[in-house]
Amino acid sequence: MKQNDNGRREFLAAGLTAGLAAIGCNSKSDVFTPEDAAVKPTGKMVKLLSSDGEVIEVDEAFLKPVPDLPPVPNAVARHGIEGKKFVMVIDLSRCKNLKKCQSACNHMHHVHTDQNWIKVYPMQDADKTAPYWQPTTCMHCDEPPCVKVCPVDATFKRKDGIVLIDSDRCIGCRFCMAACPYSTRVFNWEEPDITKELAAQPYSCESSIPQKKGTVGKCDFCPDMVRQGSLPHCVSACPNGVFFFGDMNEDSVTNGADTFRFSDLIRDKAGYRLMEDLGTKPSVYYLPPVNRNFPFENGMEAEREREAEKAKKSS
Amino acid sequence: MIWTGILLVLAAFGAFAYFLQLKDGLVVTHMRDYVSWGIYISNFVFFVAISLVGSLITAVFRLVDVHWSTPLTRIAEIIAVSAIVFASLIIVVDMGRPDRFYNLFIYGRLQSPIMWDVIVIGTYFFISLLLLYFPLLPDIKFLLTAKDSATKGWNKFYRAIGGFWKDTPEQHRIANRGIAILCITIIPVAFSIHTVTSWLFATTYRPGWDSTNFGAYFISGAFLVGSGAVLVAMYVFRDAYKLQRYITEEHFDKMSKIVVLLALLYLYFNINEYLVPAFKMKKPEEAHLLELFTGEFAPLFWFAIFTGMMIPIFILLFKKGRKPLPAFIAGVMVVVGAWFKRYLIVTPTLLHPFLPMHDVPKSYLHYFPSWQEWAIAIGSLAGALLVITFFARIFPIIPIQETLTEQHEKAA
Repeated sequence: MKQNDNGRREFLAAGLTAGLAAIGCNSKSDVFTPEDAAVKPTGKMVKLLSSDGEVIEVDEAFLKPVPDLPPVPNAVARHGIEGKKFVMVIDLSRCKNLKKCQSACNHMHHVHTDQNWIKVYPMQDADKTAPYWQPTTCMHCDEPPCVKVCPVDATFKRKDGIVLIDSDRCIGCRFCMAACPYSTRVFNWEEPDITKELAAQPYSCESSIPQKKGTVGKCDFCPDMVRQGSLPHCVSACPNGVFFFGDMNEDSVTNGADTFRFSDLIRDKAGYRLMEDLGTKPSVYYLPPVNRNFPFENGMEAEREREAEKAKKSS
Repeated sequence: MIWTGILLVLAAFGAFAYFLQLKDGLVVTHMRDYVSWGIYISNFVFFVAISLVGSLITAVFRLVDVHWSTPLTRIAEIIAVSAIVFASLIIVVDMGRPDRFYNLFIYGRLQSPIMWDVIVIGTYFFISLLLLYFPLLPDIKFLLTAKDSATKGWNKFYRAIGGFWKDTPEQHRIANRGIAILCITIIPVAFSIHTVTSWLFATTYRPGWDSTNFGAYFISGAFLVGSGAVLVAMYVFRDAYKLQRYITEEHFDKMSKIVVLLALLYLYFNINEYLVPAFKMKKPEEAHLLELFTGEFAPLFWFAIFTGMMIPIFILLFKKGRKPLPAFIAGVMVVVGAWFKRYLIVTPTLLHPFLPMHDVPKSYLHYFPSWQEWAIAIGSLAGALLVITFFARIFPIIPIQETLTEQHEKAA
């Protein structure tokens, strides 16, 4: 018996070596040689960093411009962007309930308007206090109750503070939805209203696309945009500069137009967090609605206009 | 036969509704982003609660040397096993992605209360199954050797599962030792299953759930509903199989007293659970409590309190009330009241989130289960009853050997 095994092993080893040699000798196997003969090398070499940390040189002609960065693999998405601690500051004195943040977020994440990831609440803390509009995203808490209760690690907190959902793993138990005190999570009760092509794409935790039936969704702080050096969609979409986004480690936040020192902004404008007493340690700070740019009623007007639009569309 | 027929139809209709749910998703229910847990979860809690009775009647009574309950142990155990099986099934029904069920085992996070529930419920199932099986072994011998047995067609099955039982003293010794060990281990496990289930709510911040009382509150409720279920089952089996010699009026009297005791205990926990927060009326709890006491959920709330606790206590406090028929009615009231109580624990809280319910469709602000949800929930209850019915058809519902031993010991 042993005799036969050795014979088989030797045969396989010989075959493998021969195969590798054949591949090695074939000039076409060189990964830097293009398959398409029409592309001629220009001779100008570009230094690139490979995904495993090596510096390689590639001819410029072989580089193809890609509109967006391809999504990162799951392990990288779970780890996060090194050295960053993302934070958002929402200036309540600027919000007019235009909901441009909501429509941009819904559009870019292909989220149905029944399931807004960003909700803009009409708030009034007490009878005699001022009413104001409060846009609410996921808080990306430092003590996230949702992450604590997930039975399969489908929702997780990364090194850069962002809490994401892995829709390939979520079992749809909705415990995270019960646990979240900010009511920020939504559920895909049915097949999401997206094209077949989009639904067939592989899921990326960083873009949260495509959403899947029977799983949970929420604001993700747009890590795919942040990785490219852009701002989350809500931040860019708001015409009043309500949303500031940045890195606590760099102590800077920007709304696209203005950039501030995060610590100065929070100290000078008396920033606070929602439901601080619950101990969730949110990463979203609010600047109180002092010296409001617009009266609260303007927001009601915007609401009525939107309702009228909707009624017109459905009739 | 009519009974089984009705149950089969209900279970089949439930299965059909579940097929629709698998096809279209949980959208066929009326759960939405605010009320994200509905009657599937309240049914789950109800099933876990009822299944605690196995450990009470079989294990606790056995360990404290109570003997009158011996004829009731098998009824209690089959209720326990059937209920815990359907608790697991209804949980899978509630999952958005049941096709990913195995993720619980390959990616399971031990930090999650759901994982604790999976572990303790699985353990409780196996222990209960064994506590059903071991005392069944001597009875299988009776089934195989009885001359005019009605279940001769099952002899092959009986031999397969219990043919090795030769009724030797050594086998008795091993079986009794096994049962004793199981009775000891089942008690902490039983306490765990309902405590951990209560923690699915108590580990959140929500008003009505954020309570330190929940573990004890749920367990006392569980023992109550289980005992109520035993009262019901006792009456039905006694009537159906003419077991008046073994389930006597004494048994109803004693079981009723236990139900009164447990109902008073549960009432005590309810007082703590509702009146203490009502004294303070903290902001998020105020709206929730008012809705239960005087608002939208008031009819259901007071129905559950009166039907589930107060009226049964009143009936069973009197000797005449502890006779079989009134006790049976009280038992039914306890069980029905308990089902609605579990619903009141799950849904009203979800309608009082900390932030206003806004930027959502109007349908999200209310919850009434859809016909598919009702069909599936009722189907699961029918399924559990079917298992119990079927079990009683092929196995003696009174533990023959144990009852005989009891009677001999009493005579001696």
